[in-house]
Amino acid sequence: MTFEIFTFSFMHRAIISGIAIAILCSVVGLFLVLRRYSLFGDAIAHSSFGGIALGLMAGIYPLWTAYGVSIVSALIMTRIKDKFNISGDASIAVLLSSGIAVGLVIIGLSGGFTLDIFSFLFGSILLVSVNDTILILSLTGIILIVILLLYRQLLYSTFNEEQAKVSGIPVEKINYLIVFMAGITVVTSIQLVGVLLISALFVIPNVTAIMYGKGFKQTAIISMSFSIFSVVAGILISYIFDITPAGTIVLFAIGIFACTMGIKSAGLLSRHN
Amino acid sequence: MLKVVEIDHLTIEYPDVKAIDDVSFTVNQGDFLGIIGPNGAGKSTLFASMLSLNTKYKGTIKFFGTDIRKSKNYLKEIGYVPQKPIFEKNFPATVNDVVKMGLQKESDENKIDEILQQLWIHELSERRIGELSGGQQQRVFIAKALVNNPKVLILDEPVTGIDQQSIDLFYSILKELNSKQNITIIWSSHDLDAVNKLANHVACLNRTLFFHGESDDFFENDELVKQYSEASMQEHMHHH
Repeated sequence: MTFEIFTFSFMHRAIISGIAIAILCSVVGLFLVLRRYSLFGDAIAHSSFGGIALGLMAGIYPLWTAYGVSIVSALIMTRIKDKFNISGDASIAVLLSSGIAVGLVIIGLSGGFTLDIFSFLFGSILLVSVNDTILILSLTGIILIVILLLYRQLLYSTFNEEQAKVSGIPVEKINYLIVFMAGITVVTSIQLVGVLLISALFVIPNVTAIMYGKGFKQTAIISMSFSIFSVVAGILISYIFDITPAGTIVLFAIGIFACTMGIKSAGLLSRHN
Repeated sequence: MLKVVEIDHLTIEYPDVKAIDDVSFTVNQGDFLGIIGPNGAGKSTLFASMLSLNTKYKGTIKFFGTDIRKSKNYLKEIGYVPQKPIFEKNFPATVNDVVKMGLQKESDENKIDEILQQLWIHELSERRIGELSGGQQQRVFIAKALVNNPKVLILDEPVTGIDQQSIDLFYSILKELNSKQNITIIWSSHDLDAVNKLANHVACLNRTLFFHGESDDFFENDELVKQYSEASMQEHMHHH
């Protein structure tokens, strides 16, 4: 039974997609966490709920409408935040609740489609198709290339916006780029952990890795490793014990975080902070 | 003499107050200009405009003969060290990472080692920036400002809250950069003794410009010195 699961092609797709999403969420999430924007992923995920409902009602593949709605609403919200000087946490609350509200109204209007909605709320990684896997791998590749090409600009504007501006970095454009990449990452990850648990993949491996890593690249690699481990272990264990993969993945991530806190409290990780 | 900065009739108005009122002065290549003035005199506001962080001003600011409203290219020639660099305390960046942020071209990486050695922070290169003392952090930020070979260094009260030993080292580094590498330095400070020792030009700012000229001319004018000593003393008390 234990080794048999490695022979299923749906398991191959789940693990390959899961690893790609783990890497993507770690890297994009690290920029969000360091910008004190940890819950932004959550807000985008909730706004995607409106997009998913819209797709289901219109008979369009729900993830396409989710991409559109999430990215557009995240960019608009960022613009409103900058223009009207609304704080980051308040703008997250507005984005989060409006997505759910729109989704609920659409579901109500169309008489409900509970089953479909559930797979988006809680993820369905074991059901990813070959096409989904190709899409996930392609988007991961594109976003990683963009991050590598603009590494200095992204890092510098995250570290200190004012100084980055003085060095001639177009900070506002970089901010919009991060929001755009976060939108794509969130919707891509919905299949793995669902709308409700996405922020866990953005935040938990990163806050854990920050306690270990010295430099930025080292921290990103540690975060990716924790994330990949949580995803792969979560998928396998959940299959063996027939429990939900999303919850199991996030519990593994929380487990690593808790162990790190324990190690730190015992004074074995006192170098930083 | 090459004019590095030309500020002409600069006025910056906030809704209820004029932060800068009709200020004009020129900085030539190789000048070491100390800008002095009490708290709220407009020093940081002046710098924000010079660095294009604030674009709502009247008058013109030129760097290397070009109006900064027309092109931001001049920023590549400037190293800026803020009063107190603000960053997330737990930010996972080593000293090396931070200095590298200032580097415009990846190919210049050898330059990082050179600068770190010059500023006596070579041994700290793999330490996290948040772990260092205020004085060490400030040296890292100077290294970041210098790594791109700037022609001009702009420093906004860069020694606030730093121990005396670090301040002395910092000043000797500035002196060397100016005299040996001919880097133009524009530096705001409330330490008149340090300005007297280091700067060759002085500007007294208190919303408007009260004096701008050679350092010797300023320090020979007892009345001006007395007036600004008192202002800076008050500021010193305020800081404590």
